[in-house]
Amino acid sequence: MLYKLQFAELLPYWDVLLQGLVFTIVLTIVSTAAGVAVGTAGASARTFGPAWLGWIVVVYVELIRNTPFIVQLFFIFFGLPAAGVKLDETTAAFLAMVINLGAYSTEIIRAGIEAVPKGHIEAGVSLAMTKWEVLRHIVLNQAFRKIYPALSSQIIIVMLGSAVVSQISAQDLTYAANFVASRDFRNFEVYLVATLAYLVLAIVTRAVLRGLGRIFFKAAS
Amino acid sequence: MSLVSIREVRKSFGPLEVLKGVSLEVAKGDVVAIIGRSGSGKSTLLRCINGLETFQSGAILADGLEVGGMHTDVRELRRHVGMVFQQFNLFPHLTAAGNVMLAPTVVNKTSKKEAAEIAAEMLAKVGLSDKRDAYPSQLSGGQQQRVAIARSLAMRPKVLLCDEITSALDPELVNEVLRVVEQLAKEGMTLILVTHEMRFARDVGTNLVFMHHGKVHETGVPKEVFAAPKTPELQQFVGGIG
Ligand SMILES: Nc1ncnc2c1ncn2[C@@H]1O[C@H](COP(=O)(O)OP(=O)(O)OP(=O)(O)O)[C@@H](O)[C@H]1O
Ligand SMILES: [Mg+2]
Repeated sequence: MLYKLQFAELLPYWDVLLQGLVFTIVLTIVSTAAGVAVGTAGASARTFGPAWLGWIVVVYVELIRNTPFIVQLFFIFFGLPAAGVKLDETTAAFLAMVINLGAYSTEIIRAGIEAVPKGHIEAGVSLAMTKWEVLRHIVLNQAFRKIYPALSSQIIIVMLGSAVVSQISAQDLTYAANFVASRDFRNFEVYLVATLAYLVLAIVTRAVLRGLGRIFFKAAS
Repeated sequence: MSLVSIREVRKSFGPLEVLKGVSLEVAKGDVVAIIGRSGSGKSTLLRCINGLETFQSGAILADGLEVGGMHTDVRELRRHVGMVFQQFNLFPHLTAAGNVMLAPTVVNKTSKKEAAEIAAEMLAKVGLSDKRDAYPSQLSGGQQQRVAIARSLAMRPKVLLCDEITSALDPELVNEVLRVVEQLAKEGMTLILVTHEMRFARDVGTNLVFMHHGKVHETGVPKEVFAAPKTPELQQFVGGIG
């Protein structure tokens, strides 16, 4: 049998889909920036900070890496209100994403830090730099170069995984697709469009990350 | 007065005592060559002087600062005591000039412009003015080590510690580095070098220190010590090298 594609029926909803797409893009950009910042702080604390702080980071990282993202999201959105912390769905979505990427990037960045030869740290310290100056000017720089591909992949994974936030009615691309499907019943067309949108988003994100990598790390290594 | 004064220093790694009461006086302008078998504690001694290693007893004074002392700012100490390593340890993400400029800008808060001038001066000193924009990966081992020397000099240390700085180099690159060190010695730089280059130790050194089993086993003027080593251990060591 032949299914007749009818994209025309989606047209009235183009703005809904577009808004969803924009939400997903903003969510990705913000959680990438904040998540990598959290990861940098976490990895730095674990490798250069005091032991007690390192342990807090370990607990955080293992907690997040060993539980499903959707459960983390539900905990923040449905669970925390019981403890008196009430967040709207958008805030909960952003928070969950940052916490999740923060944990994964902590691990990735830590691996990069540990790959920096100890001699470079000693050289920095011998030049009268403090531990934190060494971290900032010598270690992180090299660490990011090394783990940039792995971090990029994780960002894509998190971006695609962000579809889950539709489950708490955060109005991302998937939420928009669900909404349109429930209105016009053109499920095939709607989800085909959503699928292609994610695909393009992933490809574009990858290209952007590669470009940024070239700008930041243009030096010979 | 000594620039570096090492008194009865003892250092253990766990149960292993590596320095068993080392004493050494280094005056301004001295070129101290430390020789000795592998494992005799040469590197450990150097690393104690700039605070990379702690020690259990004894005392080290460097340019008037008590190393490991409660009231000593280790940063201040390391501004006076430079160190060059066997493995160069250049920062791969920075150019030759970038490597030299980093500590002056970060530690001394020197302006970029002034730091660039320092870098130019120091790279000229090591004969690498034309390599200022080269990354470490684009330099030979000998050139990398010379940049590492320039990087240490940029902090204008009072004394420079060199730990087997030619041991990782291909034989044909050793001399270009030794020539730079010799030039520094001529300019009056105080140097403490662990080395396997016996001829260099003899010709450039003002003091020779033979370490054996964590102690200064024999010491003196290099030419005299090499010509007539007193202890059988040094005789054997010098003989073994040939
Ligand atoms: N961080 C460390 N932990 C434990 N033992 C160490 C450590 N560093 C050095 N040692 C030990 O201390 C002893 C002296 O080491 P050191 O590096 O000072 O010797 P060295 O005279 O410099 O030898 P080489 O000529 O091989 O460089 C060796 O037995 C070594 O195994
Ligand atoms: Mg050694």
